Amino acid sequence: MKDRTTAHALIWRLPLLIWQGLFFVGPLLLMVAMSFWLVKNYRMTPDFIFDNWERMLTRGYFWDAYRVTLWRATLAAVLASLIAFPASFALAFKLSETARRWALFFLVVPFFTSYLVRVYAWQVLLAESGPINAVLGWVGLGPFTMLNSGVGAMVGYLTLVLPLVVILQTFSLAAIDRNLIEAAWNLGASPRRTLLRVILPSAKVGLIVGAVFAFILAFGDFVSPFYLGGSKPPTLSILIIDTTKSGQQWPRAAVVAVMMIGTLFAVAFAAVGAAYGRRK
Amino acid sequence: MTKPLTLTRRRLLAGAAGTVLATPMINRAWAQDPVTINMLAWYGHAEPDMVAEFEAENNVKFVPKYYAGGDNMLALIAQSPPGTYDLILSDAEFVQQLNAAGYIEEMDASLYPFDDFWPEYQNFPGHWVDDTLWSVMVRYGLLGVSYNTDALTREEAMSYNAFWSPKVTGKVGHFDWHLPSLGQISLLNGNRAPSPFDIDEAAWEAVMEKTLSLKPQVGGYFDYGGTFASLKNAEMLAMCGIGDWITGVLQKDGAPVASVIPEEGGIQWTESYSIGKGTDKHEIITKFIQYMLSPRGQVRSIQMAAYPGLSPTKSGWTAIQEANPAEAERSGLIEGHDQSPIKLLQEGRLFFRDIPQQQSLEDWNDFWSEYKTA
Repeated sequence: MKDRTTAHALIWRLPLLIWQGLFFVGPLLLMVAMSFWLVKNYRMTPDFIFDNWERMLTRGYFWDAYRVTLWRATLAAVLASLIAFPASFALAFKLSETARRWALFFLVVPFFTSYLVRVYAWQVLLAESGPINAVLGWVGLGPFTMLNSGVGAMVGYLTLVLPLVVILQTFSLAAIDRNLIEAAWNLGASPRRTLLRVILPSAKVGLIVGAVFAFILAFGDFVSPFYLGGSKPPTLSILIIDTTKSGQQWPRAAVVAVMMIGTLFAVAFAAVGAAYGRRK
Repeated sequence: MTKPLTLTRRRLLAGAAGTVLATPMINRAWAQDPVTINMLAWYGHAEPDMVAEFEAENNVKFVPKYYAGGDNMLALIAQSPPGTYDLILSDAEFVQQLNAAGYIEEMDASLYPFDDFWPEYQNFPGHWVDDTLWSVMVRYGLLGVSYNTDALTREEAMSYNAFWSPKVTGKVGHFDWHLPSLGQISLLNGNRAPSPFDIDEAAWEAVMEKTLSLKPQVGGYFDYGGTFASLKNAEMLAMCGIGDWITGVLQKDGAPVASVIPEEGGIQWTESYSIGKGTDKHEIITKFIQYMLSPRGQVRSIQMAAYPGLSPTKSGWTAIQEANPAEAERSGLIEGHDQSPIKLLQEGRLFFRDIPQQQSLEDWNDFWSEYKTA
């Protein structure tokens, strides 16, 4: 009987296992292997050399790009979480069920258009001669340099991640048992204490998952730091492009990519630990 | 006894219908399927403004594979079976690598109008090995100081020091490729003999130091599209590593930008056609290269929609002066013009873009990455 149950469960898990194997584990292993390959006459040759690792990890520009990428992705995750929370709170607790559904629909709408197109639109808006600086100019401010700067890149990151973070936070907050909140009120807890001791701990998993998604998307993003940040300074995704452009060094680019994936794994595992870990 | 043939209305209609139905077959018999020419080139070379006329006249069809950069071109060929590309357009500095790798075929020099070439371009470096021709130059362009004419005057732009001007602080852009930008800084440092790309270690150290001093002025590093956009919307007021191939297109849109070759000298990019190894279409490919070198082909090349170029032939200069005098004046294709490429070459102010001769390409690329993150 137990064998039949195990086989039945395995059959249902099989599609996911095949999918992950074909489209995640397989390519990941290939990329790790590729990081030890050699480029000869612009053609990759399977090998097992550590030169690519040694070359990339001993270059100052790699670690500079790593620090910039880590910092910007962290900042994007924090900003997106903070900006999203009031909106998510309102959607979860203040709006009717129908209004919430409409609001969530409108949060999905930006994903209907290409991210690249939205970033091109920001290029126009953020330019020194663009509408934002024009409006600021009417009240005697600016013009400010927003395009080709860290500010521009951050606007792009938030364009990418903010709707997703709001959606995840809203689902998480909406799922909180209202009896817990009412109990806190009945026991005399202030709104601030209710928020800190009841709402935030109850929605912890969703809030952390939202922040982690923001971090992951920003960490690997190429479009915003390139088109809105002016590659100044380059992030790891830009470094990958630079590395492949010059000499077709895909193995060295694979080193950068493996380091990125390693970092994302570490962050994701730490976040899962923080989300599901029990308080002692 | 045969029946006499009489033309009734029914027979007339049947005959007409039969003729109409058979017409596509007749057409097919008259016109064979066009010969396909697989071209590997920078974007724009197989677009209608360049090849439509030749396609119509010769019943051929170009199938382009566009690349972005010489390394990318070499990788595409390396990863394709021999004979994949019939015609290869490459930057001149990569012809020797194409030849060394055996990707191109020897060409018959007598088939091309070298007598019509300006003498300076008749024996282009790397295109000939001893007396054997491997590639034919079809167009070129100049890289100097590109600038916003509202921000800098032409006199100010006549030196690479313009990039350090307080007027353009934070507004100097780089085309994101190390060779042209570092070549220009090398020229500013006085590395002319034999070439800004053939420098010893001390000169290379000085080039790196000078380049790093430009960092506070830099507003960004851009690809082709980004370079266009940032100059057009005046986000960048001066651009290092480009020339008229960008600003020429923007000028047509009315943008207040221009390019000049400064006193320290300029760098020439050069595009050449080679015949892909293993092709069986030698005759038509040769005919196309001849077409591109003819006056009408050169007029098209000079005004190419994707990015303008200059003509290596005397008849090309004459043709553009007649067809579009304003363009001839704008691009300096007039003898004695202060930006005439031949005059610049004769004055020793123009240098062919090259790969580093005394350092490795990796050294230059590594420094470029360090510069970007500095």
